[in-house]
Amino acid sequence: MALPQAKADTTEARLAGLTLPEGAGWGRAAREDALSRLTAMGLPGRRDEYWRFTDPSSLNAPEPAPAAVFEAHEAPIWDGVDRLKVIFVDGVFDAAASDPLEMTGLEIERLSDAMTRDIHWAKDLYGKLETRGQTPVERPFAALNTAFATDGLVIRATGRAERPVAIVYLHGSETSDAILHHLVKVEEGAELTLLETGPAAARFNEAMEVDVADGGTFHHVRTQGRDHERRAATHAFARLGTESVYKSFTLTVNGRLTRNEQVVEFTGDDAVAHVAGACVGDGRDLHHDDTVFVTHDALACESRQVFKKVLRNGATGVFQGKILVKQGAQKTDGYQISQSLLLDEDSQFLAKPELEIYADDVACSHGSTSGAIDRDSLFYLRSRGVPEAEATDLLTLSFLAEALAEIEDAALAEELQIRLGEWLARRR
Amino acid sequence: MLDIKGLKVKLEEEDKQILKGVDLAVGAGEVHAIMGPNGSGKSTLSYVLSGRDGYEVTEGSALLEGADILDMDPEERAAAGLFLAFQYPVEIPGVGNMTFLRTALNSQRKARGEDEVSSADFLKLIRAKAKDLKIDAEMLKRPVNVGFSGGEKKRNEILQMAILEPKLCILDETDSGLDVDAMKLVSDGVNALRSEGRSFVVITHYQRLLNHITPDVVHIMSDGRIVKSGGPELALEVEENGYADILAEVA
Ligand SMILES: Nc1ncnc2c1ncn2[C@@H]1O[C@H](COP(=O)(O)OP(=O)(O)O)[C@@H](O)[C@H]1O
Ligand SMILES: [Mg+2]
Repeated sequence: MALPQAKADTTEARLAGLTLPEGAGWGRAAREDALSRLTAMGLPGRRDEYWRFTDPSSLNAPEPAPAAVFEAHEAPIWDGVDRLKVIFVDGVFDAAASDPLEMTGLEIERLSDAMTRDIHWAKDLYGKLETRGQTPVERPFAALNTAFATDGLVIRATGRAERPVAIVYLHGSETSDAILHHLVKVEEGAELTLLETGPAAARFNEAMEVDVADGGTFHHVRTQGRDHERRAATHAFARLGTESVYKSFTLTVNGRLTRNEQVVEFTGDDAVAHVAGACVGDGRDLHHDDTVFVTHDALACESRQVFKKVLRNGATGVFQGKILVKQGAQKTDGYQISQSLLLDEDSQFLAKPELEIYADDVACSHGSTSGAIDRDSLFYLRSRGVPEAEATDLLTLSFLAEALAEIEDAALAEELQIRLGEWLARRR
Repeated sequence: MLDIKGLKVKLEEEDKQILKGVDLAVGAGEVHAIMGPNGSGKSTLSYVLSGRDGYEVTEGSALLEGADILDMDPEERAAAGLFLAFQYPVEIPGVGNMTFLRTALNSQRKARGEDEVSSADFLKLIRAKAKDLKIDAEMLKRPVNVGFSGGEKKRNEILQMAILEPKLCILDETDSGLDVDAMKLVSDGVNALRSEGRSFVVITHYQRLLNHITPDVVHIMSDGRIVKSGGPELALEVEENGYADILAEVA
């Protein structure tokens, strides 16, 4: 089927500025496949149902809009964590600034290195989960990513990784346009924690494919940087084996446009996936979109989606979350909550929670709410001497607490909680 | 300590007068009880004094140690020494009781230009006070009032009072929903705080609490006014005959 003209034009204009990265072999083949997927579906437009609440035009544009680099006056986050640190500057791996890519229980290398080898586990993963994730809903930016990603990491946990891998995305150029693609494979019974932090670039397209084998555990905690003008479209695709555990938490503060898509598929029984996010958005220009799709195609799996957004001064928050329970996926336990705290009447929260269930013995629930600061709570705190601004911050943090509680590691959660408190205080 | 003159209050949102001219003078170190039928305006008086929004003062004044409190923000009134033990303490999920108490104490100290209390000193302080009120460590760790029984909530109010050491404590039906043991704990807590420089306004429906906390003066409030004042014997009279006789007498 031919694409509508506008879509074809947008896609053509974007592709005109891109070239497939060098290289032969399986990487090249996967990229060419992705490119044909992309040209068949075209880049998204406002007419697309999946982009009804979020305008993709700045993500589609041939050039990124410039984004000023944010000067943080505090220690970088996770600096106190014993970790393997990997640094990307404007989307380019910085070997000199990174730790050596070595750790017990883990194999880690650059995507470009993995692609030079004919035989590599990554061959069976690169673009594979992304392709699966294109049905039933198309995700064109992910296909674009698979085709054009210029860098990324390939990580395989073979045992219990002794430290977290922490990717730090530095943003140095006001016009950088980064496309990164990571692969993560957690082998049977292995365990890995991946931390990500930073804005990465003026415009960032990230895709991550995560394959968790039976009994494997993957924890993911990320913070998306505080640059006000940065834009990001990210995708995480997860495939979960029997009794595996996948937990992902994202904190977003600032950023002009953020679209975080998470696509989770249960293929083995008794697995658990928790996907959570907290967003603090300030200002008319801020637009934050969480789009989540969880597919239950196995027995007795548990999925939880917990998304909280604090919006003020005209910020916009979007949540599109779906739980799809396929035929035969009995004993599914699916839960989804999306909530916004609107600190003024200019801000808005648009939510589209969906359940689609084809099995009869399941427990699924979802809820979505929008509300202001509770006046009784605010008065109670103030009557004890807590000034209004501080009381509002306390209640804001308490609103976000349910999402932060999804972070498995209490120390990481506490660090984020403290940072959030400081950021809120400075923004009063 | 507290000087209320001709206080008239209406609801902000509707044309409803609730307090119709309240006069009340509480001296330093005194305990005054306010009794009265439901809906007579007792809670409204306590809210207006502590600065809750939704009310409009149309006439009169309220001074705390000579300072006009009606123009202050609620947090300023608290720092000035006013404390309201709520009839219905508010549950605040996600805010730990300890964090709440420490933030409150240090906010007040900061507002008064005093040094903040260190974590270690605060821990010592709260452990000692909590023990007296039989509030265990687990309750302190929980979010503010969440999952607390009625009695636990009221004890938590008294704990806050003990930590914040206010000059004027207003207790709004702190006795409601308490069993005999909890009543004893709460009134012991209050009595322990009685001192020359600290005054109490004890709002209650029943005389029961006043057996434990002996008032200097008892006021009867009805339809937005204090209609009768007397000694502790007035509370006994209410207990025996109900409000009807007194109200008929002053009508
Ligand atoms: N926010 C409010 N909205 C509507 N009516 C109110 C409000 N606050 C108080 N009232 C009314 O004012 C009167 C006094 O209430 P209250 O002060 O709670 O009495 P008490 O504590 O003596 O039982 C009652 O008729 C009550 O319904
Ligand atoms: Mg009342």
